[in-house]
Amino acid sequence: MRLSPEALVIAPILIPLVAGALQLFLDDRGRKLKAALSILSTVALLIISIQLLRFTHADGDISEGRIAVYLLGNWPPPFAINLVLDRLSAMMLTLTATLALPVLIFSLGRWHKAGVHFHTLFLLLLMGLNGAFLTGDLFNLFVFFEVMLAASYGLVLHGSGLLRVKAGVHYIAINLVASLLFLIGVALIYGVTGTLNMADLAIRIPQISETNYMMLESGAAILSVAFLIKAGMWPLSFWLPATYAAAPAPSAAIFAIMSKVGIYVLLRLALLFFGHDPDFPEGPGAQILLYGGLATISFGTVGVLASQTLGRFAGFSVLISSGTLLTSMGLVQTEVTAGALYYLVSSTLAISALFLLIELIERGQNMATSVLAVTMEAFGYQDEETEDEEIVGVVIPRTIAVLGTCFAACAILLIGLPPLSGFIAKFVILSALFNPDAANQMTNIPTVSWWFMALLILSGLATLIAMSRSGIHAFWVPPADAVLPRVLFIEILPIAVLLCTTLVLTLQAGPVMRFMEATASSLHAPQPYIESVMHAPRTELPQPLKATE
Amino acid sequence: MELVLSLSIGILAGSGVWLLLRPRTYQVIIGLGLLSYAVNLFIFSVGRLVMGRPPITQAGAQIDPAAFADPVPQALVLTAIVIGFATTALFLVILLASRGLTGTDHVDGKEPDR
Repeated sequence: MRLSPEALVIAPILIPLVAGALQLFLDDRGRKLKAALSILSTVALLIISIQLLRFTHADGDISEGRIAVYLLGNWPPPFAINLVLDRLSAMMLTLTATLALPVLIFSLGRWHKAGVHFHTLFLLLLMGLNGAFLTGDLFNLFVFFEVMLAASYGLVLHGSGLLRVKAGVHYIAINLVASLLFLIGVALIYGVTGTLNMADLAIRIPQISETNYMMLESGAAILSVAFLIKAGMWPLSFWLPATYAAAPAPSAAIFAIMSKVGIYVLLRLALLFFGHDPDFPEGPGAQILLYGGLATISFGTVGVLASQTLGRFAGFSVLISSGTLLTSMGLVQTEVTAGALYYLVSSTLAISALFLLIELIERGQNMATSVLAVTMEAFGYQDEETEDEEIVGVVIPRTIAVLGTCFAACAILLIGLPPLSGFIAKFVILSALFNPDAANQMTNIPTVSWWFMALLILSGLATLIAMSRSGIHAFWVPPADAVLPRVLFIEILPIAVLLCTTLVLTLQAGPVMRFMEATASSLHAPQPYIESVMHAPRTELPQPLKATE
Repeated sequence: MELVLSLSIGILAGSGVWLLLRPRTYQVIIGLGLLSYAVNLFIFSVGRLVMGRPPITQAGAQIDPAAFADPVPQALVLTAIVIGFATTALFLVILLASRGLTGTDHVDGKEPDR
């Protein structure tokens, strides 16, 4: 491949944009073509993001991560918008593509027929996600957030139906308000600093006078409320379980990474803007993350125990995952952040697989099938669907056994039992909390660490109880009217792939953790990031073009 | 001028928040509209309020930045208006769908029990 990595940086945004827009011209009858186009572009995304990941990691050289900067319009930084690729964004891009491909394949089973423009919405969601991970500009981040959210509104409502519209109204109203808060925060920060470039902001923030600092802090606080709503911190999270449970399975599965966008942005901006401040770990910002995260874990734990359906259970698992990440961020320790990044990847994959699996399990029970039937009727796909059932709906022998195995794997991941990566993730976080190697000055362990440990283990226990309860209910004593779910091979395969990815994470835990540690330490010492953005080389214009000016 | 602007932002934001917390979908969407006006005016105002100064400079010439208005908030506010308009329109469609499916304009999709 002759393309330089700097030029490749924009590909994760362009590919889904072009592929998604092209599909608007195709009729919904050309679904095979659409599916092929989507699969093709998602595969391309996966290959490119792995390439970018290898580039940033400098092929295993730990100390020096490489950073690629793409200057849109070739303006000298800090002017105009730029895209910045470092280890963290490359990791998030790879995670997005790793999730997107199985989820897309899953949706080909039946869900992409349940409404119009599924593929376009899905690809535009990927574009928004990738853009949010890549951009180095605060306002551009807003734009990509909106792209992502607009696509997600469509995906929540995909398949229509009463439940989805009800959940969708709340979801959209809350996110519109969050967007307004985002704008207020950005405006305040711009008003104080006069720049929106993240690297430039990191340089200017330490130079701000005492009187203006308060305004900057309130801007940053309002901004983070917008991200905390996305991440689902208690008490901003009541919308999340209802929405995720109502959304169709493929949408919910890809939404598992959407709540991580909020986490990503907070992690990046907090350390970039305020990491220079030695008081930051004791400051109000970090404390809110810390205690808010603990409250979120508790709320999620109670919710997990109380949830009646598997969909809501998975929604509350998202909250537990978010809470754990927020608390780890609030501790502001490099080692804990590294563990949290590993946890982020592992839990996102597990929750995503769980959302897909739930739909298959509930298909055997009456509720989900009736919701689906309503959907198909509303869109006039009734006849087509029944035909499809007869032709492709072959019952896989031992379906229940396969589903049960996947369910058990999901449970092990979410609870954090060995041997899968969920255990390693929690173990790394906890050992970093108590390991004196990381901070040998610290003789006494703060109380909040004990609280964190207790809650982390309690949330695992609650998950264990809830999952064994619903597992027994679903597999061993199914309700009388339950039928053997009709499951297609291409619906089981993506779940298996997602779970195998966590197996790879487990087996390759050494190299992966070294990568996470390198990522975390460059996050906590962002000077190279700032330097590379501010001194990004501009492309030389070709000679004839210059002459015509 | 500052007083008029800040008062109008305050009134718009206050009425917007109040309407947003009302139980009818129509009130919610009007509230969101008012709030977005307030936010747009607010973004505009962070570029400082000036009169009679153009935001566009001449190419090549040596200029005094103080003689020009800040063009960035104006660009930002344009983007925010476009995005806000699009998402509000989308929301309106969903509110109509909700009205059609549930038969009520309550935000919870059903009338509260009395």
